[in-house]
Amino acid sequence: MPEIKVDDSKCKGCYICIEACPKKCIEISKEFSKSGYYPVKYTGADCIACQQCSRICPDLAIDVYK
Amino acid sequence: MQLLNKRPESLVDMKMHYCPGCSHGIVHRLIAEVMDELDIRNRTIGIAPVGCSVFADKYFNCDMIQGPHGRGPAIATGLKRTTPGAIVFSYQGDGDLSSIGMAEIVHTAIRSENITVIFINNAIYGMTGGQMAPTTLIGQKATTCVYGRDPKLTGNPIKMCELLATIKGAKYLERTSVHTAPNVIKTKNAIKKAFKNQIDNVGFSMVEILSTCPTNWKIDPVKSLKYVNDNMIKVFPLGVYKDSKGGE
Ligand code: SF4
Ligand code: SF4
Repeated sequence: MPEIKVDDSKCKGCYICIEACPKKCIEISKEFSKSGYYPVKYTGADCIACQQCSRICPDLAIDVYK
Repeated sequence: MQLLNKRPESLVDMKMHYCPGCSHGIVHRLIAEVMDELDIRNRTIGIAPVGCSVFADKYFNCDMIQGPHGRGPAIATGLKRTTPGAIVFSYQGDGDLSSIGMAEIVHTAIRSENITVIFINNAIYGMTGGQMAPTTLIGQKATTCVYGRDPKLTGNPIKMCELLATIKGAKYLERTSVHTAPNVIKTKNAIKKAFKNQIDNVGFSMVEILSTCPTNWKIDPVKSLKYVNDNMIKVFPLGVYKDSKGGE
């Protein structure tokens, strides 16, 4: 099953990946990160590994697995 | 499970200083991927500008020089002429390239120096605090035009691709954007072409990339993408403005 992993230490909470994901499977985490942002996380379902999120992430915080 | 998007080797594995949602990081990644794919990292020399990307030399895993404001193309000229085997790129913002560096970019194109220019156009001065740039849109607010840019006072936005397209020495000019994932991919293809041209001795190549500056635009990163789509592209249409191999 495809999935994404978000590096909390790099994510700056800009949320443009949420906008880019066609499957709406990225959400805002409720946990505050060490760098002071609410990072994003995988909702846990529906990823199709299209890599649209990782293409647009300016901080290279998303790894996409298949 | 296989990782599909390995971090490019041409980018140092560290956190970048850019603001949340800023396009610089997206474009840095693309340049690094192109360096990896063309296998040119060991002979590439990049020139970082003055502006928000002044620290780009820390991020690219190749030789880098940090140039004075707007002078990237002049440095690139010297480097390329004395070290023809090197792949030289100048990374510049709109304040750097289309204001203080206007003379350098125009004359470098006139001489058709065989270099690659990556031009980040976010329609504002970022590092210095959101002042109006030559590329600021009519009506767009900045700290030096708080009621919005007025063409009667400061003229109209400079369109660099259109302007340079009148110069014979400018061999490849394309304007792209990074406001959606498909546009990011198109931008990568353009950057790749601009580097390949240099390998093939085609001459002066520049890619202008419409970018966001959520901090100084004072809108959030998602709305910034929409601003590019709804406003910037109308003023700065995307497309290839010049593509002439060799001869002409
Ligand atoms: S695009 Fe990158 S930095 Fe922005 S919220 Fe998504 S993972 Fe975080
Ligand atoms: S790879 Fe595609 S489907 Fe999966 S999270 Fe990213 S954008 Fe969404």
